[in-house]
Amino acid sequence: MIPGFRNVVTGSRRTFLKGSAAATAGLVIGFNLPVGARKAVAQATGTFAPNAFVRIGRDDTVTVIAKHLEMGQGTYTGLATILAEELDADWSQVRVEAAPADARLYNNLHFGTLQGTGGSTAIANSYEQLRKAGAAARAMLVEAAAEVWGVPAREITVEKGQVKHQATGRSARFGELVDRAAMRPVPTDVPLKDPQNFTLIGTRLPRIDSKAKTNGTALFALDVRLEGMLTALVARPPRFGATVKSFRVDRTKAVPGVIDVVQIPSGVAVVATGFWAAKTGRDELEIEWDESNAETRSSAEIMETYRRLATQPGAVARRDGDVARALAGAAKRISAAFEFPYLAHTPMEPLNCVVRLSATECEIWAGDQFQTVDQMNAATAAGLRPERVKIHTVFAGGSFGRRATPTSDYIVEAVHIAKALGGRAPIKLVWTREDDVRGGRYRPMYFHALEAGLDAQGNPIAWQHRIVGQSILEGTPFAQAMVKNGVDLTSVEGAQNLPYAIPNLTVELHTTKVGVPVLWWRSVGSTHTAFATEVVIDELAAAAGRDPYQFRRALLAGHPRHRAVLDLAAEKAGWGTPLPAGKGRGIAVHESFNSFVAQVAEVAVEGDTFRVERVVCAVDCGVVINPDVVRAQMEGGIGFALSAALAEAITLDKGVVEQSNFHDYTPLRIADMPKVEVHIVPSREPPTGVGEPGVPPLAPAVANAIFAAKGERIRSLPLRRT
Amino acid sequence: MTISLNLNGQPISLDVDPDMPLLWAIREVVGLTGTKFGCGMAQCGACTVHLDGEPTRSCVTPVGAVEGRNVTTIEGVSGRVAQAVQEAWQRLDVVQCGYCQSGQIMSAIALLQQTPKPTDDEIDAAMNGNICRCATYVRIRAAIHEAARTMEG
Repeated sequence: MIPGFRNVVTGSRRTFLKGSAAATAGLVIGFNLPVGARKAVAQATGTFAPNAFVRIGRDDTVTVIAKHLEMGQGTYTGLATILAEELDADWSQVRVEAAPADARLYNNLHFGTLQGTGGSTAIANSYEQLRKAGAAARAMLVEAAAEVWGVPAREITVEKGQVKHQATGRSARFGELVDRAAMRPVPTDVPLKDPQNFTLIGTRLPRIDSKAKTNGTALFALDVRLEGMLTALVARPPRFGATVKSFRVDRTKAVPGVIDVVQIPSGVAVVATGFWAAKTGRDELEIEWDESNAETRSSAEIMETYRRLATQPGAVARRDGDVARALAGAAKRISAAFEFPYLAHTPMEPLNCVVRLSATECEIWAGDQFQTVDQMNAATAAGLRPERVKIHTVFAGGSFGRRATPTSDYIVEAVHIAKALGGRAPIKLVWTREDDVRGGRYRPMYFHALEAGLDAQGNPIAWQHRIVGQSILEGTPFAQAMVKNGVDLTSVEGAQNLPYAIPNLTVELHTTKVGVPVLWWRSVGSTHTAFATEVVIDELAAAAGRDPYQFRRALLAGHPRHRAVLDLAAEKAGWGTPLPAGKGRGIAVHESFNSFVAQVAEVAVEGDTFRVERVVCAVDCGVVINPDVVRAQMEGGIGFALSAALAEAITLDKGVVEQSNFHDYTPLRIADMPKVEVHIVPSREPPTGVGEPGVPPLAPAVANAIFAAKGERIRSLPLRRT
Repeated sequence: MTISLNLNGQPISLDVDPDMPLLWAIREVVGLTGTKFGCGMAQCGACTVHLDGEPTRSCVTPVGAVEGRNVTTIEGVSGRVAQAVQEAWQRLDVVQCGYCQSGQIMSAIALLQQTPKPTDDEIDAAMNGNICRCATYVRIRAAIHEAARTMEG
């Protein structure tokens, strides 16, 4: 046998999982409870059923059920840590398994009734829930031991998976107690630990997925293989909004391995025995497109319309004081315009999923980020009830927002193909990198116009901020909650809540209609609002003749958490110490998703080019579950942000996307990665997210550093636009 | 057409289109899925395997071109360097989404086999063909240094 050969994940996978669970599981909290007990728990605690989150085996294995997608952000490790802390589990015995799609048990508490991952909410919404789940499990084990040993439960201690009674010297492993513990009712009101007594939370536990991801065994959707599975690629129109008019399949069908060609709402699908045959077959398709409803404008034309719109007042997102009057009376005025391109997410694992469809059930394997939404959309496409859609969530090879799509685009495509084939084979739908880069659902293009004014003492007194761009949420199920009075909150977040003390301030929005599909992209609104606001604050500091760090600091008196990260980043970066000629430091601070991040970038300018050499980052994300995961997310967020800031842009020529793959849509490579230092502000505030908040301050810090190095203001991204 | 090659030390014969990229032969015909598809045009390095010991992009290498040659994938790496690299990767928790990491590790092993104690610049030069969208680059550099150190001892 070839080393490492992994058997096909056959149709008996579920049987295998069931079998393995039966062999090891004794205490399956939440899954095998009598209905009455489950109901009591649900009634006592609200809408969710705690304790659907852990299973303890007779072999001592503690399996934590993760309701959130692991897409790189370290959430499996963090979620397991929280539960294991209150359970007093032995970390080496902790495993993580993806939760099934079941919004009644696994809804994201920040998303209401939806199960899904995003907005840096995984840890924040799970913290109390998983602590309670772990504490309840622990209490049941303790009570079981008390019963067996005939000692008071309060005298029993638990440490690293061992239950002990000191006075009698008795001890038992979790596995020895699970059968008896499973007989007990689930307690509803177990006290949680004093955080001072945490032994796992706050420590550098190793990532739970490191080993599988370094030896090739980690299972991504693209690696799923089912018995009789076929692979499908879809030919989609070159312009957004176009539809299939007619197509010829003769040459495609002549390609060995091509099984079928079917039309689906988004294009023409080629179904074959494998990727290569499907790709070869797709290359041979001849399709005529109906472009009567297609977007045919170029991005430069669209930006020109934005620029004109920005001269007019927009929908008001915030209004303090009288900005027109304050601007008119300002001693100094600054006027700045910013342009931001469309951005693609390009996760390393291109979009793909596997769908197995029968008359009564639809099974999906995916790096699924939006289980409830995907369940509903897949059900509609399949003509089934949502509860007949089962989702197996596997590791996602990155997402950055792309896999959480309100229309479930790639999943729905796969369901349509499986349906067109009458469910006769499981379908693996694969998007190529070209499909991904040209496929839309980009971070929207934006134009910002900012007017700001200082009084004679150099204090900012006026700030007028206009934002122009497409709405991410309009037309989605989230619009009702997130679009108010014509303002999509994701378009203005980071600008609307500007923390600086400026008495006269307006933030306005023009929402545009463009035929390019858009989507949230790691840190969403803050991808552009942080840049515009933090560059203009820097410009105001320069106009006032003040140090940009001190200038910000003075305006943040009412925002101690902003100030603390700003101070820490400045201190650790050696702010104010001299740098050699040609080098500059820039600073920026931004709150996103309730976390606070400040960064100082050090840039070396060489002629027309520059290099970011070092980034010092300070973060306050409340209680830290795992400081190394926090560091990793800051490092990665900085690299991801620098990638976009330096060279990423999707542009359209008469509606056709001009980029197609990594040669012309160019993510950051190692040679451009700066040294990064991450410092964490100790905090007792509830934990908040770290997946996104490392992104926003980077680009403005770099632009401000370039200004410090050579006095040139860059107001449009990407910085290395050619 | 039948193509014969050595995969992870074992002779195998594959009945495939010789134009099929080695990547898809490994993943779909043999069933080893640790080698990843990222771009299909040798831009990202997720598909890196060793071809007679050299790091090679399997997504643009026709399987017909590896007749009689030795192909090693992430599942088949072994020896002192591979062990040092994989252990360093775990010790430093390099991975995030993990999708590119098979390719990163294959490139890192090849680097350390040629250059046992690389500088940052040598690391950047050798690893610049491997994109990590999670930008784990800081730790990739550190883990390669760490692996080099452990091999000295």
